[in-house]
Amino acid sequence: MIGGGPAGLGAAVEAKKLGIDDVLILERDRELGGILNQCIHNGFGLQEFNEELTGPEYADRFIKQVKELGIEYKLDTMVLDITPDRKITAVNSHDGLIEIEAGAVILAMGCRERPRGAINIPGSRPAGIFTAGTAQRFANMEGYLPGKEVVILGSGDIGLIMARRFTLEGAKVKAVCEIMPYSSGLKRNIVQCLDDFGIPLLLRHTVVRIHGKDRVEGVTIAEVDDKKEPIPGTEKYIPCDTLLLSVGLIPENELSKKAGVILDKNTGGAYVWDDRETTTPGIFACGNVLQVHDLVDNVTDESRIAAQGAVRFLKEGEKTEPQPININPGDGVRYVVPQRVKKSRVEGAFKMFLRVTDVYENAKLVVDSDKGRLFAINKRRLSPGEMEYINVTQRLLNRFPDIREITIKVERG
Amino acid sequence: MYDVLIIGGGVTGSAIAREMSRYKLNICLLEKEEDVCTGTSKANSAIIHAGYDPEPGTLKARLNVRGNAMFDELCENLDIPFKRNGSLVVAFSEEEMKKVRDLYDRGIKNGVPDMEIIDRERLKKLEPNISDDAIGALYARTAGVICPFTLTIAMAENAAMNGVEFFFNSPVTGIDKHERYFTVHTPDNVFEARYVINAAGLYADEINNMVGGEPFKIRPRKGEYLILDKVEGDVAHTVIFQVPTKMGKGILVTPTVHGNLMLGPTAEDIEDKEFRETTPEGIQKAIEGAMKTTRAFNLRNVITTFTGVRPVPDTEDFIIGESKLVPGFINASGIESPGLTSAPAIAEMVVDIVKEAGLHMEEKPDFNPKRRPVIRFNELTDEEKKEVIKQNPAYGHVICRCETITEGEIIDAIRRPVGARSLDGIKRRTRAQTGRCQAGFCTPRVAEILARELNMTLSDVTKFGGNSKLLLYRVKELLKEDGEKNV
Repeated sequence: MIGGGPAGLGAAVEAKKLGIDDVLILERDRELGGILNQCIHNGFGLQEFNEELTGPEYADRFIKQVKELGIEYKLDTMVLDITPDRKITAVNSHDGLIEIEAGAVILAMGCRERPRGAINIPGSRPAGIFTAGTAQRFANMEGYLPGKEVVILGSGDIGLIMARRFTLEGAKVKAVCEIMPYSSGLKRNIVQCLDDFGIPLLLRHTVVRIHGKDRVEGVTIAEVDDKKEPIPGTEKYIPCDTLLLSVGLIPENELSKKAGVILDKNTGGAYVWDDRETTTPGIFACGNVLQVHDLVDNVTDESRIAAQGAVRFLKEGEKTEPQPININPGDGVRYVVPQRVKKSRVEGAFKMFLRVTDVYENAKLVVDSDKGRLFAINKRRLSPGEMEYINVTQRLLNRFPDIREITIKVERG
Repeated sequence: MYDVLIIGGGVTGSAIAREMSRYKLNICLLEKEEDVCTGTSKANSAIIHAGYDPEPGTLKARLNVRGNAMFDELCENLDIPFKRNGSLVVAFSEEEMKKVRDLYDRGIKNGVPDMEIIDRERLKKLEPNISDDAIGALYARTAGVICPFTLTIAMAENAAMNGVEFFFNSPVTGIDKHERYFTVHTPDNVFEARYVINAAGLYADEINNMVGGEPFKIRPRKGEYLILDKVEGDVAHTVIFQVPTKMGKGILVTPTVHGNLMLGPTAEDIEDKEFRETTPEGIQKAIEGAMKTTRAFNLRNVITTFTGVRPVPDTEDFIIGESKLVPGFINASGIESPGLTSAPAIAEMVVDIVKEAGLHMEEKPDFNPKRRPVIRFNELTDEEKKEVIKQNPAYGHVICRCETITEGEIIDAIRRPVGARSLDGIKRRTRAQTGRCQAGFCTPRVAEILARELNMTLSDVTKFGGNSKLLLYRVKELLKEDGEKNV
């Protein structure tokens, strides 16, 4: 497992339980658990454990299992290279440079936050600009609060969580600006983190200028038009000492590329089969490195699927799928994971994860194939901020014997 | 009493400090910020120019060509990343092609070696991504790309090794002229020196006014740039210029020495010397300008943007020489482009001027022109990596994930002479925080190492000195009663 966050932990535990003795987790941080360690709020584990856990508690459930099962792990260890034939080069202070040959590799590196430069916010470059996750780490793991008057750009979930966190710390969150007409965060987070504290969510707004020479002194925000361009005359100055960015997450696939893994430009993650095998045989991917999830429970779910695929690969070796089916995003769908299915291997059912491109009320998710419609589901509301799941059963797939293509689209009304 | 006092720790001041440190002299350098390389030297095109641009006969022409020739040895001695990847001035019309030929002639007059005019076909071969509208170019093989931070920092470090004293956070507030010496005031100190060298960049005119030298004005001219992820580093192989205008060398597209792609700069005269903001208009202009050269880059891969400010002198040439009105006061002022390239040649010239002015200068037998090479972990072979970790396990601990920068490198950057004191200081010395995540992951770790090494708390860590503190409060501090508040 490359990465000891929820995806790597879940996959390691599953692989071990399925009878693989020689499991190794390589983790670059100083402890297992990944980003969960800084997510000290609750709400994790409702699906997985039927309880509301904090991030560290959720991670701990898996870390305990890793220890009980005697799974080997290396901390403070950075993987430098993975070859297509699964030779891994890693480095740490204790072992120096390590070379490892792996029977199967599970990519579980997670994602990173989109930085300021990627969205080109004009203005000065003072101290006091943080991605929401970095501020979260400082507050929850290092014990420091970046500032006390905060504006947040972007309404991603970490930004929303941090709005509440700063407020509970006695800081003033003056606004959350979202360039889109809808939030990219979960509805429950908007209610619990903004509405409950009276923090304004300004949709169709962005930061057009950062002020301050040494430290942030304020930001100018403005309303944007349909092309996301600031509307002249709507500028408003907000004094603040901190600007947090929660403007998107990018799967960290630099290593995957070295391993020859082909990426899906819609997800930023690997192009995978339903068992989460990438385009490089024997290399699997799960969690946020594959697609940015809303819920850690789904990451765990996906990590098991990847581990099962990897275990089968270890036992049976590389096999060419005789009945591959491609899954394509259609109208209104931004992406679907997995991107293809090993039909001959589907046992019972498989799950498709997808995100839509816009907010839709009373719409249908339609699953079509090249041989005819499979089914449609009515949805009261679809939003890009909420991941959708569709279960596809083997029985359904067998309705048409020679399916080669599946397309999922949104139909209005 | 110092023999020589240098004002300004940019590339010019640092080069002069190093060149002067060859001699048995008492030398100090005053810098108003917390580190060297914080003004014009840190935010520019990072190019070692061939020398066909400046008007023949000017200081710019002479020092550019001389400076360029000095870079191989300088970079070898001081372990500075430098690549002679050549430059192109691309023409998009017959009229521009004529200007390209003029530049070639000018280059010949200036003594630039290894230039040629190339046609569309050669151009396409050199730069497959070049616009189809390009019809030909001037190709100058001696041009190159450099790390301007390392250039400045390495010269300062080497100067310090050879005895130059550096004073930071020391803006010069006044200079008194006496018979045969000067008194130089900063908020915390008073210095006495026999010779004062003005390498104050954007503020050189104000320093000049303090002593009453022959008047000149420095006008700030800003340029905005974009840096793209290394995945775009192959879009250009050489430094690709368009035909220059009155405002400068135009918007270029170039790989950086570290393999990123850089677009820019714009050129716009401004009033405020401290202006460092990027603007939507400027960035748009830089993008549109670059797109004339090539459209092969993807703007989704922009990792950062920045604004640099050049010190444009009203004399149109570098101002280098001893003041006639104030003997002992020497200007190295108005060092706009090609200042980075010219810096080592300017330093030689200034040494000659000081000699000429009557300072007795005897070479030190123990001058060391080299600095200890920097271990750059991700550039080592596997065998070398194993060896350095064995020597020092801190080199096995990767701190900056994007650029693979280790704890060993960060500690070294702090402990070297003229070492890093801030997050930006670490950034310029090691490239930690410069990658695709732009410091998201490593800021807490780098801050922690800085605090530990400099024996301070995380609250004291700054981005670039002064009031640029990173973390303003401890957790729970804002919840305490005012009386208990721990300010």
